[in-house]
Amino acid sequence: MEKKLALGNEAIARGLYQAGCTFVSSYPGTPSTEITEEVARYPEVYAEWAPNEKCAAEAAYGAAVYGRRSFAAMKHVGLNVAADLLFSASYAGVNAGFVMCVADDQGMHSSQNEQDSRHYARASKVPMLEPSDSQECCDYVKLAFEISEEYDTPVLLRTSTRVAHSQSFIRLEQRTEPPMRDYVKNPAKYIMTPANAQKRHPIVEARTERLIELANTDRLNRIIPGSRKIGVITAGIAYQYAREALGDNATYLKLAMVHPLPTTLLRTFAASVDTLYVIEELDDFIEQQVRALGIECHGKDTFSLIGEYTPERIRAKILGIPSAQVYDAPAVPVRPPVLCPGCPHRGLFYVLGKMKLTVSGDIGCYTLGSAPPLGAMDTTLDMGASIGMLHGRNTVRPDEAAHAVAVIGDSTFIHSGITGLVNAVYNRSASTVIIADNSITGMTGHQQNPTTGVTLKGDVTAAVDLTALCHAVGVKRVRVCDPYDIAELEQILREELAAPEVSVVIARRPCALLKTVKRGKPYTIDASACKGCRMCMRIGCPAVSFADGHAAIDASLCVGCDLCARMCKFGAVKKGGAV
Amino acid sequence: MLNIMIVGVGGQGSLLASRILGSLFEAAGLEVKLSEVHGMAQRGGSVVTYIRAGESVASPLIPKGECDCIISFEESEALRYLPWLKKDGTVVVNTQHIQPMPVLTGAAKYPEDIRGQFAAMNVNVVAFDALGAAVEAGNARCANVALLGAASKVIGRTPDEWHAAMRKTIKPALLDLNFKAFEIGLKAG
Repeated sequence: MEKKLALGNEAIARGLYQAGCTFVSSYPGTPSTEITEEVARYPEVYAEWAPNEKCAAEAAYGAAVYGRRSFAAMKHVGLNVAADLLFSASYAGVNAGFVMCVADDQGMHSSQNEQDSRHYARASKVPMLEPSDSQECCDYVKLAFEISEEYDTPVLLRTSTRVAHSQSFIRLEQRTEPPMRDYVKNPAKYIMTPANAQKRHPIVEARTERLIELANTDRLNRIIPGSRKIGVITAGIAYQYAREALGDNATYLKLAMVHPLPTTLLRTFAASVDTLYVIEELDDFIEQQVRALGIECHGKDTFSLIGEYTPERIRAKILGIPSAQVYDAPAVPVRPPVLCPGCPHRGLFYVLGKMKLTVSGDIGCYTLGSAPPLGAMDTTLDMGASIGMLHGRNTVRPDEAAHAVAVIGDSTFIHSGITGLVNAVYNRSASTVIIADNSITGMTGHQQNPTTGVTLKGDVTAAVDLTALCHAVGVKRVRVCDPYDIAELEQILREELAAPEVSVVIARRPCALLKTVKRGKPYTIDASACKGCRMCMRIGCPAVSFADGHAAIDASLCVGCDLCARMCKFGAVKKGGAV
Repeated sequence: MLNIMIVGVGGQGSLLASRILGSLFEAAGLEVKLSEVHGMAQRGGSVVTYIRAGESVASPLIPKGECDCIISFEESEALRYLPWLKKDGTVVVNTQHIQPMPVLTGAAKYPEDIRGQFAAMNVNVVAFDALGAAVEAGNARCANVALLGAASKVIGRTPDEWHAAMRKTIKPALLDLNFKAFEIGLKAG
């Protein structure tokens, strides 16, 4: 059988293909993005980017209710957006299988919090599967669809950064596409009025009981034998760390399904080992439930609630074997992510910092405008919060409305900025909103969105006209400018901040990493003309450095964008090779 | 078990290098796991890819003190990940410097005499100008493959196996360029 080295996300996509999934809708979010990008390569699977996770989940759920296996992927915080659908879909159940993937980000490699999404499975009373490598990613997708259809429930598939973004081998199998299921009108099942929902809730509770019976079988949760001195209950990536750390020194109960838990199996397993550990990253989700069964175990008394685990930490804590580390960590300055050379956001944040404005920020590449030397951001919380928080601020500090702006990207604005803007207009806010439009979804690696005019599959489609959209919701003052024209941008901002009503400034310049954006010849510094004033250092470009009294440009990093040349009052920054 | 780390600055092309290694070990019939960094850190942050190959591999992460070879695309990044290197392990490092933002703003200093620091700790180091090698081969973007060339002596496998791995992972039009970069790196290593 053909095998392939595949990312966990690619393996999920393959699993979707093989399981006959027909409909996929997602919003990009690290570490889940590649699932949808990869599945879009299969002509048999319809796949799309939706404006946000709620839209994606609803579309996928609709496809399932009306007869086709369907799927939606999102990062952990995306499930917060889609949760509204999930809790009611749990009651209504499915027709064809419906699976949602939620990708947690232990260690916060690319996220604003470290939430443990397993709580959603318990809270919404739907089963959750958790793979530990790429083959399981592929297998569990099929299993998830089977459980979804057999138990009439949405199923959550939980990954983490180290499963989603690790590669291991998968076996490639053929696609089996179940026929379209009949749709029969059934208001008592699919219309969640109180009277209907009251009848559905007992069905949900009974379903959980049946799922616990399933969990007690080895179809899902298996025991990997080793020394009975140590027993380990674990799931997902933590299983791989534990196996590496403990090897045959322990017996493992490896859970495929982390909700609901196999109560009988937990009891018999616990009784079969001397010392029991629950090894799970983030919250004590399994541990609490094990303890509630009256079973003694070690868990968060030994391991942290915070961040990622490592094999060496588990080995040290349980077996007392110290790390093999030889060399101490030398002193090295931190290297935080930065706005790329040529990034269109750089000009914008320079101007905002120069004007000393309070900046209500949002989620995207432009959050990096918060870092020194630009440092032009006050808050960043969730997708769309920039506009809502600015409106709140300006309402309680009406005299200071002219000193603050919201900054939100094009994709984030479509995701959940529009409703905030409607609120600001409706409630007569004096807020100034900047849409940093780089013509793509940047941070997650260039996904199309409703403003780009291209679909995930590459087809041309209608593009949202941001100017017309803002006018349509009642914004009278909409301005468009190039954020690299820093003088014009500053002038426009002064005018819009002075206006006692909602204004939108669209700062439009495409992402420097887009293939359609031409890379210019690197600029150089004419050392004889450079006065050492450091103005060019204020824009925080990684290509511009300062030593021996004058600036220098690293030709291997410079993309020839000219922003530093615009900063120089002495003409010392020269276009490609002109010195 | 062979443990390799590729470290550097987001955007330097470490994903391609790790895929070449994955393909190399796959062809050798080994179990392989790779762990990559996507998302925010790719925007010029410090990035690390773990590559593990052997009879059986559980964790995609390499424990500290167990890495056979650290391939560093930037000089100070080699220093950052030194705690992962095992005793008698080797560091293959590009001598290019990319100053992190705290250094550019003056909040921190770039480490001095990195090769001297390695020498003082008796670390096996292969240091060379991979960017220069790539430019010599014809394209600055081949620095990653030049580094693999230098690391290939430590990692093992035959030149034919390396070429086959590159054929599987690099666009045909760019192959000759990358073969050349690999050769220059091999000589430097």
